[in-house]
Amino acid sequence: MTIHPTGEVRTNKDQAAPAGGEPVLSLRGAAVRVGGRTLWSGVDLTVGPGEFTAVLGPNGVGKSTLVKVLLGVLPPAAGEVRVLGGAPGARNSAVGYLPQRRSFDASVRVRGVDVVRLGLDGDLWGVPVPGLGRAKRRAAHERVAEVIELVGASAYAHRPIGQCSGGEQQRLLIAQALIRRPKVLLLDEPLDSLDLPNQSAIAALLGQICHQESVAVVMVAHDVNPILHHLDQVVYIAQGGAVAGTPAEVITSDTLTRLYRTPVEVLRTSDGRLVVVGQPEAPALHVDRHGDQGTRGTGRAAGL
Amino acid sequence: MLLASDATSPVFSWNLPADFQDMWSYLYMVNAFRAGLVVSVVCALVGWFMVLRRQTFAGHTLSVAAFPGAALATLAGFSLSLGYFGFCVAAALVIAALGRKGRDAGAEESAVTGTVQAFALACGFLFISLYKGLLEGPTALLFGDFLGITTGQVLLLAAVGMLVLAALAVIGRPLFFASVDPEVAAGRGVPVRLLSTLFLVLLGAATAEASQITGTLLVFALMVIPAATAQRLTARPAVSLALSVLLALGSCWAGLIAAYYQPYPLGFFVTGFAFAGYVLAHLLGWAREVVDRSRSAVQIGGTA
Repeated sequence: MTIHPTGEVRTNKDQAAPAGGEPVLSLRGAAVRVGGRTLWSGVDLTVGPGEFTAVLGPNGVGKSTLVKVLLGVLPPAAGEVRVLGGAPGARNSAVGYLPQRRSFDASVRVRGVDVVRLGLDGDLWGVPVPGLGRAKRRAAHERVAEVIELVGASAYAHRPIGQCSGGEQQRLLIAQALIRRPKVLLLDEPLDSLDLPNQSAIAALLGQICHQESVAVVMVAHDVNPILHHLDQVVYIAQGGAVAGTPAEVITSDTLTRLYRTPVEVLRTSDGRLVVVGQPEAPALHVDRHGDQGTRGTGRAAGL
Repeated sequence: MLLASDATSPVFSWNLPADFQDMWSYLYMVNAFRAGLVVSVVCALVGWFMVLRRQTFAGHTLSVAAFPGAALATLAGFSLSLGYFGFCVAAALVIAALGRKGRDAGAEESAVTGTVQAFALACGFLFISLYKGLLEGPTALLFGDFLGITTGQVLLLAAVGMLVLAALAVIGRPLFFASVDPEVAAGRGVPVRLLSTLFLVLLGAATAEASQITGTLLVFALMVIPAATAQRLTARPAVSLALSVLLALGSCWAGLIAAYYQPYPLGFFVTGFAFAGYVLAHLLGWAREVVDRSRSAVQIGGTA
């Protein structure tokens, strides 16, 4: 795996500037409250078409909550949030969403292609009338094959998805999220629990989808290193606030010290990986993204 | 239930047209075959979703709820079918109302389901005790009976069956989506909770239908075994659904034929045939795996 140092991170903000001047996503002074507690406030972020954005920060600061706000599942407590020029949730047909890692266990006897196909028309009621709409059915079939080819999953898409490896399942789920040609792809820790080679392969795939297919990618991550050289900007959430900018601007000792309001150091290892040390533990009480109730969380001491 | 007392016990001649002519000269056998057709098709399709959703425990509980329903109907003197359908659908609504509050609430749901099941069984026992022995005994309720099926009952089974199938056709695709991938389905606007409740009601209706043929304890013969066998044999949803129907119908009719010629209970034959199919499917799957493994071993050996 090659990691480019932060300084070489590509910043294509100018080229990615939206044609009509309309950003894909924008948050202005946004804040969110969950269970009576403000998770973060004053968040400003603008994402243009084909930009790759990572949402970083310690556990429990509300990274997944940001995705929920963008999906329109959770209303912002303050500020303005716009997605594809409308209110969050209004244009969800053009938003692809990959929730925090789901895995299909070995007993799930449904093929990968079926799971991908569900992304296309799984929400339609009724059954297709046999003999009618043959052209439509062929088009759907071709789209499924095309998007599976795009993510490089053709070899195992016809196997039961429960028998695919974690990385293979993740590719199929990305294909499912992409099948309706979304303009934005929201991913919640897609690299979680993948091994290192798969992490960098999925990161490269997302970078390719983002820059070649011009899909704005917003990805929640707890480790920036696998995606570092694909990123256009990062949002770092901590201590109820957030900083957005290029990785070179944000992931520095100065910026993070200001954000955490306590001395924090960003170290670069000899192979270019970034390590953040000295950040305080995440607040003990946080909203657990796996459930509806707050639970005791464990802060991550090191590793971004 | 037993035909042993029949002085001129029929003998299976292997001359199928003649055998069927013989069987179908009795109205109760014609009705049994008709009811078997309706029940098999409905149970196989609803059961397929039940196996996919891993709600077999809920299905079992709903079928147990048919027992107090039938016992109360006998005790209070109202229609047996009303007892079956009323209790099964009511139990479905109770499970839907109490269970599955949040995501991953499987443990809570199974506790609720178990509670409902225990109470239903206890009620059934009470009703039978209250009836003071004039009931032919709980065996018919628990293990099924096919001799007394009237044409009116068949018509009712068919009407309810049509309703269940129509509802399933309308909600089938979103239900499949919500069963395989609830989070993304919810993100796409599929009403996951509503579908879950609707499905439990359909499951209640289907188990009520099956209870009248196989008895409340052997409902799984037509609900689980064909669906589990079909899912074991193929991962293609459409093929799997069709196979499930064929297997259910096959074991039900074969069971009826066997029970007509042999003085043993119908429930055993239906379950026995379905179980034989299940074992065969597993052996087949296992053999296929062995062949695949040896083939890939040869390929690896070839490239090494």
